[in-house]
Amino acid sequence: MTLEVEHLDAGYDATPILRDVSFSVEDGEIVGIVGRNGVGKTTLLKAIMGLLEPESGTVRFNGEELTDEPANVHADHSIGYVPQGRDVFPGLTVDQNLTIGESIGDDETRYEQVYDYFPILEERTDQDAGTMSGGQQQMLAIGRALVGDPDLLLVDEPSEGVQPSIVQSITEDLERINEEFGTTILFVEQNLSVIQGLAERCYAIDHGEIVDEITGDAVSERSRLEEYLVV
Amino acid sequence: MIEATLFAIVVYDIAALFFQFLNSFGFIILATVGLAIIFGMMGVINLAHGEFILIGVYGTALAYHAGIPLPAAMAVGVVVTTVFGVVIERTIVRHFYDRLLDSMVATWGLALVISQLLLIVFGSSLDSIGTPLGSVSYGPFSSSIYRSVLLPAIAILVLAGLYVLFTRTEFGIKARATIEDPETARAMGIDTDRMYVATFAIGSALAGLTGALYAPALGSITPNRGGTFLVEAFVAVVVGGPSVIIGTLSASGVLSLFNAGGSFFFGTFTGQMLLLLVAIVALRVLPDGITGYVDDWRQRRREG
Repeated sequence: MTLEVEHLDAGYDATPILRDVSFSVEDGEIVGIVGRNGVGKTTLLKAIMGLLEPESGTVRFNGEELTDEPANVHADHSIGYVPQGRDVFPGLTVDQNLTIGESIGDDETRYEQVYDYFPILEERTDQDAGTMSGGQQQMLAIGRALVGDPDLLLVDEPSEGVQPSIVQSITEDLERINEEFGTTILFVEQNLSVIQGLAERCYAIDHGEIVDEITGDAVSERSRLEEYLVV
Repeated sequence: MIEATLFAIVVYDIAALFFQFLNSFGFIILATVGLAIIFGMMGVINLAHGEFILIGVYGTALAYHAGIPLPAAMAVGVVVTTVFGVVIERTIVRHFYDRLLDSMVATWGLALVISQLLLIVFGSSLDSIGTPLGSVSYGPFSSSIYRSVLLPAIAILVLAGLYVLFTRTEFGIKARATIEDPETARAMGIDTDRMYVATFAIGSALAGLTGALYAPALGSITPNRGGTFLVEAFVAVVVGGPSVIIGTLSASGVLSLFNAGGSFFFGTFTGQMLLLLVAIVALRVLPDGITGYVDDWRQRRREG
């Protein structure tokens, strides 16, 4: 078992968002959390990453309880994070952004592999990240998490603000990362083509609760997913 | 003969103005840099910065008068101020990150406490140390080699060192990432709490260094001298804008030019008034300081 989330309640100040969320992700899987805007997808990833302190419940990774640990401890336990809206460090160069990601991991060859995945980053090592396009920033955000050699990669809406042609390429890159490195991926998304292109199985979330688990061929059934995506 | 004499007078005047500029330039950079780092990297204006410098002055002077050689006494001043800064960060300042106005009130109160404590513990003044290295004379003028040559050179070296620290080292890159986006920085494995302590410690160490370096240059060492440093540092931070190194350098250059010119031609008081006047005009014309204006200009140029 890689990631176990049990009876998780979390929110912002006095506003509860997540209610009794329980699910698990096995080693090497690609699992999607699907749902409409504002149902708690990003809150869930933040709570798993330690960026939000849960009210109750537990988060375990590889058997170790990380529930009350800060995000930097989660990162030290080999959990990589690609935030929503990329959130690269805009005033730092591409190379400096990658340096920050690299300092977590111990695999020095990962730098070269990131450039292999995203050659545009190698061409722009000295460019300020804030001046890059949305798609390039998304590649940098994934690359920055990847250089840290994570066992589990949390990806928050990889398609958001990225043009469709790049979305397809990023989806393929995430799949390749999973195949080549065995990296477990948990992503949240509301773009149907990304979900169907990437997820092996999905959990649907609504009003802060896991309301369905979609597995096997059901993931490719458009109507089954649209039930949780279309307003 | 008359022409040669006039020429000599002009050369002497230019030399005197130049040394006055260097003196002011070194002073403003060293007084500013610690404050600029803490403000630029942490969003806290430390109004006790002048008193932090004063702790460096007192640490150095007390160690020197206890028989420790001056360079080692200066090291004592730096260490004492750094340790003091870390204690203050852990107990007071950490509660005021990104609360600019609250941080100003809290550190202003701290400044009052420090100066009163220095008065109570060490009395109304300490014996001065005496400026080393002597002076260079030219015509009717003379300039202190320590204040007008050594300190400006050290000031430039300090800025160069900080540039390397914040752009070429892993620590510096992590510190900048923490300032830009603390949440994402934590998710990238950076212990942001430790980064804040380290950055405040560097700012405090630089305040201590300034105090240590100016301890021998102060005619009198009194508990109310902190304000002398704070006014010029505060003005330079405001005029320089958000970029710590370029902001400090450019603001120090502009302010020193007016300060030195005003002091040379019309006396020290006028020089100080001109410095404040330039700050007021700069704030009216460039509300985000020199580097804020340059950043905006670059942004507009990029957007076409």
